[in-house]
Formats: sequence, C-alpha cells, structure tokens
Amino acid sequence: MKNMKVLLVDDEEELVSTMAERLSMRGIDADWSTSAEDALRRLETCRYDIAVLDVKIPRMNGIELKKRMERKCSRTKFIFLTGHGSERDFRVGSLEAGPEFYLVKPANIEELIEKMGQLMER
Amino acid sequence: MLTGGVSLVPLIFITGLNYEAMRHAIESEIIFRTTRVVSNTRRAVSFFLTERKSAMDFIVHDNSFEGLNNKERLSGILENLKRSFGGGFVDIGVVDASGYQKNYVGPYRLEGKDYSGQEWFKQVLESGMHISDVFLGYRKVPHLVVAVKGTSEKGASYVLRASLSIAPFENLLSNLKLAGMGDAFMINHEGILQTSSRYHGGVLEKLSLPVPGESPETEVLEERNASGEDLFIGYRYIDDTPFILMIVKKKNECMKPWFRTGLKLIAFLLISITVILTVILGTATYMVKKIQIADEKRSASLHQVEYANKMASIGRLAASVAHEINNPLAIINEKGGLIKDLFTFGGVYPQDARLMGLVDSILASVKRAGTITRRLLNFSRNLQASIEPVQLKEAILEVLGFMGKEAELRTIEINMDVAEDIPILETDRGKLQQILLNIINNAFAAVDDGGHIAVRADRKGRDHVSVSIADDGCGIAKEDLKRIYEPFFSTKKGQGGTGLGLSITYGLVQEIGGTIHVESGLGKGSRFTIVIPVRSEKTRK
Repeated sequence: MKNMKVLLVDDEEELVSTMAERLSMRGIDADWSTSAEDALRRLETCRYDIAVLDVKIPRMNGIELKKRMERKCSRTKFIFLTGHGSERDFRVGSLEAGPEFYLVKPANIEELIEKMGQLMER
Repeated sequence: MLTGGVSLVPLIFITGLNYEAMRHAIESEIIFRTTRVVSNTRRAVSFFLTERKSAMDFIVHDNSFEGLNNKERLSGILENLKRSFGGGFVDIGVVDASGYQKNYVGPYRLEGKDYSGQEWFKQVLESGMHISDVFLGYRKVPHLVVAVKGTSEKGASYVLRASLSIAPFENLLSNLKLAGMGDAFMINHEGILQTSSRYHGGVLEKLSLPVPGESPETEVLEERNASGEDLFIGYRYIDDTPFILMIVKKKNECMKPWFRTGLKLIAFLLISITVILTVILGTATYMVKKIQIADEKRSASLHQVEYANKMASIGRLAASVAHEINNPLAIINEKGGLIKDLFTFGGVYPQDARLMGLVDSILASVKRAGTITRRLLNFSRNLQASIEPVQLKEAILEVLGFMGKEAELRTIEINMDVAEDIPILETDRGKLQQILLNIINNAFAAVDDGGHIAVRADRKGRDHVSVSIADDGCGIAKEDLKRIYEPFFSTKKGQGGTGLGLSITYGLVQEIGGTIHVESGLGKGSRFTIVIPVRSEKTRK
C-alpha cells in the first residue's frame, strides 16, 4: 500500500493536483496528468500500479486511453472516475471497471484509497 | 341519413313500381278471364235458345196445321222434344191467328186461352218468331216462351208456342266455377233478373245494379255497389233475345291472391328497410367509434410523445447542468479535504474546533450538492427506456426524496410501508418512478398543509406487486372519477394543471404491463393503486 504508485488522469488540473497531494499525505506516491498524451508519455517507464482515469478526457475517452495504456504496461490496474454525465458513460464505466472500481464525482478520498487497496489485493 | 336515403329511395321506388305493375297485370288478367267466361257462357246460352227455336221452326214446317191440332200428334211431338233436348220443354200449344189456343199439351189447363191481347203474340205474327222474358203467366211459375209462326195450307197464320222452364239456364249458370265470389245470371233489358242469382236476388226481382249500356261486344266494367264494394261486371247482350248475360265478381275477392303477394312484397320491403337501416346504423356507429378510438389513441400518444420529449429535454438539461456542476464540486471537495488534511497532518489547527467545524460543514454541503446532482443524473438516465433490476423500496425512496423538501415545508407526513417479501422487479425504472412521482405529486396537490400521505407496497400473488398511494386530501368527485385518465381533463386548470398527468401515468402503467385504479370520494381522500408485474413484458420477449 505504502509503496504503491498511482497516476491520476483528469482534465481538471485543480482536481488531480489536489487529489495527488492528499494521497501523498497518506503515504501514496501519486502523479497526475491532465491530458491523455501526457499520461501515455508518463507510462513509458511503466512505474504505475494503478491509474485513476476520468471516463471523459478531451480528445480521447477514458476507455480508449485505458486500452492504450494496457498495451504499454500490462501490470497497471484501473479505477474509473466520472461526473456520471450520461447513461452511456455510466454503462461503459461500469462495464470496463466493474461497478466496484467505478467512482462518481465528487468522490471521497478514503473511499478511493479503499478501492485501490482492494484492487492491489487481487 | 344520406346513405340511408340513397339506398332506400330506389328500393322503395322499385317496389312501388313492381307493386303497381303487378296489380295492373292481375286486374287485366281478371278482366280478360271474365270476358272469356262471359263469351263462352253467352255462346252456350245462345246455342241453347237457337237450338230450341230451330226445332220449333222444323216442327212448323214438318207438320200441317191439322196435324198439329191433333192432340196425340202434338203430345208425340212434345215427348220427342223432351227426349231430344232434355230438360226445358214444359208444354207446347198451337194458337190460331185470332189468339185462341186451339191445341195444348202439358201439365196445365191452358187449352182455349186467349193470347190475342199479349205483346209476344203480336210480335210473333209480325216477325215470325219470339223469345219472351221470363214471367209467371197463368201458371204462376217462372218460365219463358219460344214461339214461331207457321202458315196453314189455307194460308192462315198460326203460332206454335212452347214454354221452357228456366232450370236449364240456371244449371248452366250455376255450374260455372267463378273466382272471387262470382255470380252469373241473366237479366232482361229492364234489369229484372231472369234467373236466380247467388248474391243479387231471386228470379223476377229487380237487380240492384244499373243495367249496362247496349253493346255488340262482351264488356267488362268496374262498378261500385250500394254497400261500397268494388265489382267487376262482365256482360253480353244476347242477340234476338231480351236477355243480358251478366257475370259479377267482387274485386276484393278476385284480388285476394294478389293481396297475399302484395303483402309478401311489403313484408319483404319492410324487412329490407330494417336490414339496410340496421346495417347502415351499425356500420356507421362502428366506424364512428373506430375513428373516435383512433383519434383518442392518436391524441393520447401525441401527448405522451410530447411529454416524453419535454421530459427528455429537461433530462438532457439536468444532465449537462449536473455534469458541469459536478467538476467544480469535486474540486471544492478535494480542496476542502486538503484543508482538513493539512490541519490534521500538519498538526497546526486540529484543536481549533471552530475551523474544523467549518471545513466539515463545507464538506457536508458538497456531499449534499453531490447527492442532488446525482439524483438529477439518475432522473435523466431513467428517462431512457430500459428494463433493469429495480429495488422497489429504493425506487420509492428516490421519488420521495424529490418531494422531501416540500413535505418538510408544508409539514406533510409521509408514511412508507414496503412489505419485506417484495422481489427485485425487472421493469423500466424510469417509467415506474415517473408513475410514482406523478401520483405522489397529485397527492401533494390534494392534501392541505399538515396532511398525510401513505405509500404502501405489497406482493400480489407470484407475479405481481401492488403499490398504493393514499392521501387524506380533497378527494375526487364521483362524476369526475370516470374522466380522470382522459387527456386534458383537469380540475386544477386555473392553477396550472395541464390535465395530462394522469393520462400519461395511465399510459406508462400500461407500458410496463400494469393496471391502475382509484378509490375516492369528495372530501374522503384518494387511494391510487397500481399493480405491476414482477417481470415486465419486454423482458420476457
């Protein structure tokens, strides 16, 4: 748990940067990224155990991003996060992640950490 | 009306035409038949008289005046006549030129009678022969006389006179088989009956009908008698005799077969009219009903489409608003969380209860706002038709959540009682929630502040659940109860009601395969109950 490495991807910098800081405070090493391109670049080294993705990311949706990231680094696991904007988002999100690894904004940080723990134990 | 007229007028016209034509044909037929019978009978009567006259003529020429004056000889002649001509000849006599009956053979004592003053006698001497009217004469029995003139060897005229009973005529006429209470008889030119008739008097009585005008042909007239009956009268003047043969038939009797046919025709007409009218009326009513139902269905579905469209746009708007608000909310959430983290992990202000309280209050508000946006998103998501597992209790709670604030403001008490054994439904969550929302909304409109609303859900058999929503509000008037599901029927028109709510609700209940009914009375509150299947139709397909 403590040496887990997490990448947060969302187009809202304020959101991901704050979340990263809060995770760090709880001893979780978190990086963040506000675009899909940046996220893929960061994955070159394959350092991340978990990626938290927004379902809607500009120029590429979370699902597509997940597929590309999986090709780059198969050990990374995913949690989806969304504003829960539409039926389609909801369906796709729960289909890809399973309802248990799908969080609706505004999310509780403790809940997120708990889900990460569950995911790592798999 | 027009259709009826168009189909009935030709029918009635044709039937009327047919009726007239048939009546006319039958009348002609009766006249024709009467004419024929009169002609035939005339021939028979004429032949009968001519035959006897010729026989008399032969006797006059075959016998000398002296011979005829011989009683035995004359008696022989009468015997021969009776033998040869059957009935008819009653007696025979010889009258000399002075009118004195010189010789007589017969059942009466007429020898020596003087006929000089009598009309027939003069006529025989003038024209050579005579056939008399029927009369009673000395013997007081109706008979007629046939007389021929002869000339003796000395050149003196004499008359051979025979009287005939009218029995052969009567036989001849009474044997005629006549339809229509027909009556055949003879009269003389003065209208005195010469033979007895069935309906028009006995021999030598005056006929009640007028004597028909002279004509060389057989004629048939239509007359009305004293008692107002229409008659066909066929007649024929018989040449060289004072007789007129008459056949009288009652028109009504003759037309009887025709009346029967006519009655059938009229019955047929009436039945046809009834059938046509029934069919027209039935078809028209059926069509009108069909059109009405189609109209109602169309307008109902139009309203539903409109409503669905409206709800969908509201849903889209709600979704985009919620989505847009969600991101800043998430940021506030994280920032607030960070502040709290800084306090907690930094160890600077954890003791400052006021600051911590403020941060907690911010986070609580964010959570509350999040719940609202989530509900909005759920609402819009549920507008799209889809069948999914639904926890009834949860669905009801969510709907009540929408109304929570209003209930609080108006201090309306809401009781919820959901039975434990209700299974997870497979139905359209959006529709179910909309149904519940509409009914609960109505309940809210019906109750006064401080009123009560009870929502109750029970299992109904294996395959159904019922949800009832009861309020203690104003209730629904009895006469309105039948109309509450009609589109645009509203008792809150003045207050912004569209009259569509329950009509849409009704449609939605049907769409998820359920039924809805209501118990209510003015001032008694209302209880709406919906019964819905555990598994909606669509999932079975």
